[in-house]
Amino acid sequence: MSYRLEHLAELEAESIYVLREAFAQFENPCILFSGGKDSIVVTHLAVKAFYPAKIPFPLVHIDTGHNFDETIAFRDELIQKIGAQLIVGSVQEAIDNGLAQDEKGVHATRNTAQIPTLLDAIEKNKFDAAMGGARRDEEKARAKERFFSHRDDFGQWDPKNQRPELWNLYNGRKKYGEHFRVFPISNWTEMDIWEYIKKENIALPSLYFSHEREVIRRGDTILANSPFITLKPNEKVTKEIVRFRTIGDLTITGAVQSEASTLDHIIAEVAAACETERGNRADDQRSEAAMEERKKEGYF
Amino acid sequence: MKGELLRFTTAGSVDDGKSTLIGRLLYDSKSIFQDQLAAIENTSKKKGLDEIDFSLLTDGLKDEREQGITIDVAYRYFNTPNRKFIIADTPGHIQYTRNMVTGASTANAALILIDARNGVIEQTKRHSYIASLLQIPHVLVCINKMDLVNYEESAFEKIKEQYKDFAAKLDIQDFKFIPISALKGDNVVNRSKKMEWYNGSTLLHSLENIPVANDLNHIDFRFAVQTVLRPHSDEYHDYRGYAGRIASGILRIGDPVTALPSKLQSSIKKIHCAELELQEAYAPQSISIELEDDIDISRGDMIVKTTNQPENSQEIDAMVCWMGENPMQLNGKYSIQHTARSGRAIIKEIVYIVDLNELKRIEGKTSLEKNGIARIKIKTTTPLFFDSYRKNRNTGSFILIEETNFNTVGAGMII
Repeated sequence: MSYRLEHLAELEAESIYVLREAFAQFENPCILFSGGKDSIVVTHLAVKAFYPAKIPFPLVHIDTGHNFDETIAFRDELIQKIGAQLIVGSVQEAIDNGLAQDEKGVHATRNTAQIPTLLDAIEKNKFDAAMGGARRDEEKARAKERFFSHRDDFGQWDPKNQRPELWNLYNGRKKYGEHFRVFPISNWTEMDIWEYIKKENIALPSLYFSHEREVIRRGDTILANSPFITLKPNEKVTKEIVRFRTIGDLTITGAVQSEASTLDHIIAEVAAACETERGNRADDQRSEAAMEERKKEGYF
Repeated sequence: MKGELLRFTTAGSVDDGKSTLIGRLLYDSKSIFQDQLAAIENTSKKKGLDEIDFSLLTDGLKDEREQGITIDVAYRYFNTPNRKFIIADTPGHIQYTRNMVTGASTANAALILIDARNGVIEQTKRHSYIASLLQIPHVLVCINKMDLVNYEESAFEKIKEQYKDFAAKLDIQDFKFIPISALKGDNVVNRSKKMEWYNGSTLLHSLENIPVANDLNHIDFRFAVQTVLRPHSDEYHDYRGYAGRIASGILRIGDPVTALPSKLQSSIKKIHCAELELQEAYAPQSISIELEDDIDISRGDMIVKTTNQPENSQEIDAMVCWMGENPMQLNGKYSIQHTARSGRAIIKEIVYIVDLNELKRIEGKTSLEKNGIARIKIKTTTPLFFDSYRKNRNTGSFILIEETNFNTVGAGMII
């Protein structure tokens, strides 16, 4: 017997440790559930961390109102299966209440409107830790995140004044009104996620697998056609075989042309990919520091 | 990809080309994506540079890109068919010692960069001392910018001797020297054609072959309880699972164990890894344990084998690296976090402060400034169950937390 863990087993052990630490250190934690593969993996790890007890905290979905139907159906089925509690924070409601503003024009997204909605959900439910599926390999501002990331009472991230995180001793102490973001899968890469999904046989929304769909080509991005999208004069709707590498708001998540219809095909595709998975996220392309700016304000 | 995970940290002075080296490792191992490459190519051109500036890949925050320096620890990922790597990229400036300690705390290996033109300088000593203090098992000394000394063996040999002389005073178990040019790509991933005199392995090959599992302590079983799982369902009516991550050692069903601090004894009934039942488990697995007897155990308690117990004391000797804005004060009180256990600690004595430039001890001080390192004696409100840091990095480490603002201000290593 050689006492070695292969890397996915070690990552799993680390993430379970972080989830348990968050549960033990905070009074009222939650998981931010987007319906994307990363938050599905975090949820899967949470089921493991507390087995045979049920996940001892709710899942929170910030609903932009611009969802893929598949995501919502998948979410409801998963919640049912694991017996967890679901809390929905509605961007539409936040807009109706004047808490957030809807952007106008052809490039309008509800990306920034998610921030006040999320912060409002955290405040209303008195969550002191929100666990998310962000990974450090996704984007350069995220590469500097801690496992336990401190937010002030405005929900803001101060990247230059982060607490040092030593060994695996996570310091979750905070003042009243402050909260933490916790990132259990910080050290996973996109490839790790896919290999783990395969190893653990984790169910995913069908959007991740190739299918025929009505799409619009906008610059280098392929967007799904939906009632929420405004066509530019020269744009037209076509049918293509596509799949999604990330799943977020309908209006910003770009599809890729792909025939990958199984996990093995997807893993082969990811291994050969020459663009990052966020390469076609319109929200990240706004400027070089787009993610950092949003994170400072309280984005995921 | 069935490989293990290697975590390593990088240290160098401001212009040693550390970010360039990481960029080179990622680029030559084909871990950079086209859109990332296009973005940095674009920025390099805008800055009027002839070659691609790989440091743009790792300098993540806006301020860093503007100032061209690394402010905080950034984590990078890449893999080869043999292994997955996590890089903790830490800044080399004097005022950022805290970041290097942070990056070093989880590393199995350290890359120390030396500019071939400058040889061993104060910062090299400082970085090596931290690698030794943090007990990083393997140190790879990369003598960089060999292209600027005409790839001469004598330049490499001279620095090697310099380093060995000084490292004799440190406690580094394994070190190795590699002549490289991060900018030109010599001996990073691909073997250099300009340094035929060098017979050793390239940097990547060395990283792929560092023995990871051997660095873990497989002898002393230590299990700090993070939380107790009580499902309260009909099916699991009396279930009590002690959940945690094995800090060190190996556990088997039937092993006689003792819970600390109560010293109550029992034996292992079941070992769970989520829905799986295991016959044995080992570090660093996250598991939950059922005991034969119903004894009172809660978060912060430690389960160990009855025949192999850790130290158990409220008075502790340690080395501490200070990270707080406010200096550490003699008789100052702080919160302490050790394994899953929390309490309060008072600084009873500052035995000496380490002068990092001269590597000398300074006695008679009553406070420790930010980025300073000292040997201290502390007293805790609650007993801690620990091993020396040298024997066990997980049960030998602790953090100190300021009680007014809750910042993590001290990194402690028990002697």
